[in-house]
Formats: sequence, structure tokens, C-alpha cells
Amino acid sequence: MSTDTPPSDGSDASSGDAPSRAELAARVDELEAALSEATDEDGPKKMSIIATKGSLDMAYPPLILASTAAAFGYEVTVFHTFWGLDILHKERSKNLKMSSVGNPNMPVPNVVGALPGMDRVTTRMMEKRIEDNDTASVQELLETSLDMGVEFQACQMTIDLMDYDEDDFYDDVTTGVGAATALQDMAEADIQLLV
Amino acid sequence: MSAEYDIAETLDVKGASCPMPVVKTKGAIDDLAAGEILEVLATDPGSMSDIDGWASGTAGVELVDQVEGDDVFTHYVRKME
Repeated sequence: MSTDTPPSDGSDASSGDAPSRAELAARVDELEAALSEATDEDGPKKMSIIATKGSLDMAYPPLILASTAAAFGYEVTVFHTFWGLDILHKERSKNLKMSSVGNPNMPVPNVVGALPGMDRVTTRMMEKRIEDNDTASVQELLETSLDMGVEFQACQMTIDLMDYDEDDFYDDVTTGVGAATALQDMAEADIQLLV
Repeated sequence: MSAEYDIAETLDVKGASCPMPVVKTKGAIDDLAAGEILEVLATDPGSMSDIDGWASGTAGVELVDQVEGDDVFTHYVRKME
């Protein structure tokens, strides 16, 4: 409260070491500039997804969100690791499977689902629904996302662990990246998701 | 339905489901000039909410109108500068 200027005193120079009106005005300008800089939209928004799953059903969420975010004008990176690599694998992405066990919503009990050949039945059932519903295929979503500029990254450590080759992946997929790259992307992103 | 708007282009995404109506709308709007209006024909009921959400969250586009028909949802999107 000691910084209050008495209303009757219009003179800037009268109050000893208190800042002058001009100094305060300059300081306000400075802070306003800093605030607008800090809140300014600096470039496009960013989204970073970590895709860890490679079953048919779990391939969809990262691809749908990636292509949609790209449609919003986001810069999107999807970092694929462990089974998530299969989504980017030229051959394996065409044959993603669904498990008939471990999902209590499945219409068959786990003990039946565990019988030989049941995963094939479940996968075929899902494929048929995808087809009947005109839902885009995994390849279609991947190609659309690539066209829209989404960056798909394949984790180098898990490429080696799974004994995949860099040539196994679609052409525009980035290889030779690791957790530090993913972390950097996440730190800069407005949205970060682990799927 | 007679064209109430001066439509530059029509995009037919009938049959396509999420996320394709939005993704293809984005692709089509990129090809328009500023001020032009894109008409989007969709059968996905989710497109009503999705295209609205996309348009309000995306710079440079404006949702002009949405018409809910019997089977077809028609969206009018204008490209801004």
C-alpha cells in the first residue's frame, strides 16, 4: 500500500524512489507483450499418440484419432511400439487378428473362445462387421493419414526385439527412433495419448 | 432440396462412416478458393455432430448450415481465407 500515489499529487518526480508514471506505463507494456507472447498460438496444435496394441480392434483408435486430428490441422505423430508395430507392417497389417478370449463382452465364454480356431472366427466376424458398416479398413486409414501428413514412427528397439526389418514397414514410416523422440513429441504436444 | 447456397463443389460421402466424412471434407475444402461453399452429403448420423465440431475447431472454415433429411445429412461448409 505504500506504493499508492496520493490522488492529489500529479507530479511523477515527487515521490522519491517510487516508480514514475512513465516507468509504470512502460512496465505494463512490457508485461502485456510478454503475456500475449505466452498465450499466442505459436503454430499448429500438436498431438502425440503412443500405439502399443496390434489387434484388429485396437488398431482403429490411434488411426481414427490421427486422421481426424490431421483434418483439424494438427501436427500428429504416432509412435508405434511392441504390437503396435504390426499396424505399420506391410504384410502383418493386412492380417490383424482379434482375440476371442480376455474380453468378457464376447458372446462366447472364454473356455469356448480358447478352443483352436476361435480367434479366426472372431476376427472374421469383426472383419464382416467392418465391411457391412462401410467402416474404413486399417490400410485405408493408414494411407489417408499418411496423405494428410501424419508422421508414423516405428520404435527401433521393438523392431529389433520382434526381429522385423526396416523394409517391412510402409515407405513413409519413420524408423530409427526411440523413447526420447517420443517423449520430446509428447512434451511439445497439446494432446498425448497412450493406446 | 433446391440449392439455397451458391455451391462450388459437392462431396458425396454417403455410406462412409467415422472418421471419413470429416477427413474427406477436410480434403475437399482444401481444394476450394476462399469464400466458396462445399456441400457435403453424408448418411452417417454422427456427421451432424462431427462436422460441426470439426468446423468450430478448425481455422479457416465456417459451418454455414446443416440439413437433416430422411436418409441424408447435408452440410454446407464455407472456406474462409
